Amino acid sequence: MRGFEYANPTTKEQAVGLLGNDWADADVLAGGTDLLALMKDDIVAPKRLVNIKDIHELRGITVSSKGLRIGALVTIQELADDAHVREAFPVVAMTAIEIAGPQIRNMGTVGGNLCQRPRCWYYRAGFGLLAMDKSGEPLVPSGDNRYHAILGNAGPAYFVSPSTLAPLFIALGGTVRLFGPKGKREIPVDKFFIIPQKESEREHDLRPNEIVTEIVLPPLAGIKAATYEIRQKDAMDWPLAIASVALSFSGNKVRSARVVMGQVAPVPWRSTEAETALVGKVLNEETAKAAGEAAVVGAKSLGRNAYKIQLARVAVKRALLAAAGGAK
Amino acid sequence: MAEYKWPDADKRTFIGKRISRIDGPQKVSGRAKYSFDVNRPGMLFGKIVRSPHAHAKVKSIDTSVIEKWPGVKAIHVVAEPGTELYWAGASVVALAAVDEPTAEDAMRAIKVEYEVLPHLVIDTDTKSAGEFAKQANENKVGDPDKGFSEAEVTMEGSYGLPVITHCCLESHGSVMQWDGDNVLANLSTQAVSGSVAQIARPLGIPATSVRVQQDHIGGGFGSKFGPDEWDITAARLSKKAGGKPVKMFNPRDAELMVAGARPSDYAKIKIGVKKDGTLTAWESQSWGSGGIGGGGSPPIPYIFNIPNQRKQHTNIVNHIGSARAWRAPNHPQAAALTMTALEDAAAAINMDPYDFFLKNIELTGQRAQIYADELKIAADMIEWKKNWHPRGDKTPGYMKRGLGLSIHTWGGLGHASDCDLTIQPDGSVELKMGTQDLGTGTRTALDIIVADTLGIPMNAVKISIGDSRFPTSGPSGGSTTIGGISASSRRASLDALDELFAKAAPSLDAKPEDLEAVGGTIRVKGNPSKSLTWAQACSKLGAIPITVRGKNAPGGNLISQGVGGAQMADVSVDIETGVVRINKIVAVQDCGLVINVKTAESQVYGALIMGVCYALYEEKIMDAKTGKMLNPNMEFYKLAGIADIGELKVHMMTGKGYDERGVIGLGEPPVVSPGAVISNAVANAIGVRVPYLPLTPDRVLAALEKKGGNNARI
Repeated sequence: MRGFEYANPTTKEQAVGLLGNDWADADVLAGGTDLLALMKDDIVAPKRLVNIKDIHELRGITVSSKGLRIGALVTIQELADDAHVREAFPVVAMTAIEIAGPQIRNMGTVGGNLCQRPRCWYYRAGFGLLAMDKSGEPLVPSGDNRYHAILGNAGPAYFVSPSTLAPLFIALGGTVRLFGPKGKREIPVDKFFIIPQKESEREHDLRPNEIVTEIVLPPLAGIKAATYEIRQKDAMDWPLAIASVALSFSGNKVRSARVVMGQVAPVPWRSTEAETALVGKVLNEETAKAAGEAAVVGAKSLGRNAYKIQLARVAVKRALLAAAGGAK
Repeated sequence: MAEYKWPDADKRTFIGKRISRIDGPQKVSGRAKYSFDVNRPGMLFGKIVRSPHAHAKVKSIDTSVIEKWPGVKAIHVVAEPGTELYWAGASVVALAAVDEPTAEDAMRAIKVEYEVLPHLVIDTDTKSAGEFAKQANENKVGDPDKGFSEAEVTMEGSYGLPVITHCCLESHGSVMQWDGDNVLANLSTQAVSGSVAQIARPLGIPATSVRVQQDHIGGGFGSKFGPDEWDITAARLSKKAGGKPVKMFNPRDAELMVAGARPSDYAKIKIGVKKDGTLTAWESQSWGSGGIGGGGSPPIPYIFNIPNQRKQHTNIVNHIGSARAWRAPNHPQAAALTMTALEDAAAAINMDPYDFFLKNIELTGQRAQIYADELKIAADMIEWKKNWHPRGDKTPGYMKRGLGLSIHTWGGLGHASDCDLTIQPDGSVELKMGTQDLGTGTRTALDIIVADTLGIPMNAVKISIGDSRFPTSGPSGGSTTIGGISASSRRASLDALDELFAKAAPSLDAKPEDLEAVGGTIRVKGNPSKSLTWAQACSKLGAIPITVRGKNAPGGNLISQGVGGAQMADVSVDIETGVVRINKIVAVQDCGLVINVKTAESQVYGALIMGVCYALYEEKIMDAKTGKMLNPNMEFYKLAGIADIGELKVHMMTGKGYDERGVIGLGEPPVVSPGAVISNAVANAIGVRVPYLPLTPDRVLAALEKKGGNNARI
């Protein structure tokens, strides 16, 4: 790890003032479960670390008639354990408890879960976010891409979005609130994630001098939602595919559907194909399977990751069946 | 003169019982000090600049910038310009600095230029390996053509398992101090006594000037039989820094890249079999790799000596970190190639593999009856006959369940071992031995043997190991430790007792040979009222303690070699996702007389967990183009967690027929079969063979899609 300056602001205004206009100037330290590893591996080397853990207004969970507000500093474990969340948004707690292991859940924050960097092993080996060799050749398409994207993978980005919470927040119509030098900014969670086109770009709509302050979800209001995660190990492991779904029903038929996959594309991947396939249908094994098929219509193997197409298909199907089975 | 044998079962106080390890409380409370934990005043931190290229020549090294840094206390060039480097991560320049950040900054300030050379880091086939593939001569047994012509069914399949690493939780390294004429090495090692000469030789100093110490080790598995180049480098840095200690331990990525690899092995196998299960012929074209020195050549067909064989092995020499002994070298590979192919042969004739193994059990040779007994016990433990079904679970739904089996063998003869046993006039007892506790409970085993032999409580014996100044004992590898150390400590204890008897006999008005040591007393055999307490007896020594040298010498019946073992697994496979879950694994294992049943079982549990890891998760993933390891971390170099191992059941074969064989080593054998049993259970569950380990979702799904067989990707 390289040397860095350490700042300890207590207000978000101070924090933003301590951040720079360039990513290399400063980085935001919350749980640190990703950032410190990136610094140790010399993938990022911020000149200054801005610790935001003393900014109390970034904490706290509120459940009200307006929905759920999660402070950016809420830890994954706090989210999973919160009695109000378990009561009013059980799917949020159930999704959170599957993340990583106890150590990570107790340190890692909800804001950090959205802002964490991709796990692409070429990126983590120092080849850059777009994983190119010195001649500018992309390494992923001809390399070992068993964990890489099957959707949105035409390049130049091939990594997968690692957030477990983002697909759910998108399915539930969540909003992420940011704070920067010009004050507040608010964007839907699905607009927060972008596919970078150049090495200088990032995978988030977050400027170097902005911080995530909170995530807001509207009330569930009869929505049935579920997350299904496929991972190789039961113990701490990255999922190979995730699907989060949110459904409203009219009688026994699906009135509206949101289907969002994680770990399959450089961004959380909303499948309008799957959503369209569901609307107006009775949800059962057959229609869930058809939605799974629809979800991967545009999927393409990079060479070693064809199996992930199957996993995405199954994750969508099982998430839908779990939602129909009563999970909220 | 004592007769060197083990006490009869009814005379054993501690031997053969279930004893908790004496250093358990130290370990679980964090007080146990591993070499990694050693910190000394004025200690410097050593770091190594490593080659980013899989194959390159060093062109130039420029350390001029850091030479002026006050925090950098020593620099040592490991690979002078012109040196060829054969793997990414190879050491180039080392330095020692006052703290780790300074050392890391200094590493980045060193400029190294390389001439990049062509590399090969993958081993998927022999053809693309070109000149790096070294084919050995064909090996023929009997008449393979005749054997195959006699077969009614010929099974053909592909099998294999990749290069994996040792992934020691305590990485390789040491704290080295070259102070004056002497070198003190706090080394993480499987060979305390054996490392002295290996340190002295490259440093050009007498071995008498070197001392190696280690209290505890965090894993070795065959990869820590001596100092590494970086340990020698740490000593040189210490000297250059005026004798300050230098701490040099691998960071995790280097640990996985360079500190040890288990060679891969792949094979195309043909088996000839009659419909009644009689094996008639074996043919294999196998290949494997293990770095620039090549890999091993697994003994296939494993255990079953099929009458007619044709075999050819190709060694791929490539640019990954070098192969090293990995727990039961070559055997896990041999089992993963053979027991799977045999299970496929059984499936090809619609025979229960349990019956098929028993049908051919005579081909296993002298231990046939032991294997048969062990298979039967394992089958009872997993309810084989009730739970086994022909290939492919027909239960509706996507979860499929299956059973698999395998057998294995190992030698386990005790290594050379010396020890000194001292009985002090105050009755205190110390055993000194230059051995090491590999985490297997060596201290506890020694305590059990000495206390049992002297008839005193275990807490009355001081066990001193882990220091090369103690009498020489062999390296802990190849399951040789328990045989070596139990023989030498038993002999020392018996000889010391003889001397004590001689001193105590006059007070008891008896002959020394009529005495026995029981329950903290020295007493006359057959007349327990004539006795002295242990302390009284020892006081007869006057001022001079007894010290006796014990040796694991030839003769006697304290130890022997050769074990069998049988394992069976019960797994569930999600055929929509390819995810494999372990329900249960049972292990039945013999190893002669078991000194401590509890730690012996622990060895087997540990082996099963290690086996689940390599069966399902472990793989040293190399990038063909850049030559780098892609998963040199604990995130994508996956190991099982508690939730992944299922229910593990161990049965040790003890008592009559086993105890009289004496003590035999146990570390290796139980890790041999898990790859095969899990692969076989998966095949039984899903109806097709997944040819290659680890059994990852992509491989399982590919096998299901292609109905198994030869098209699957390594």
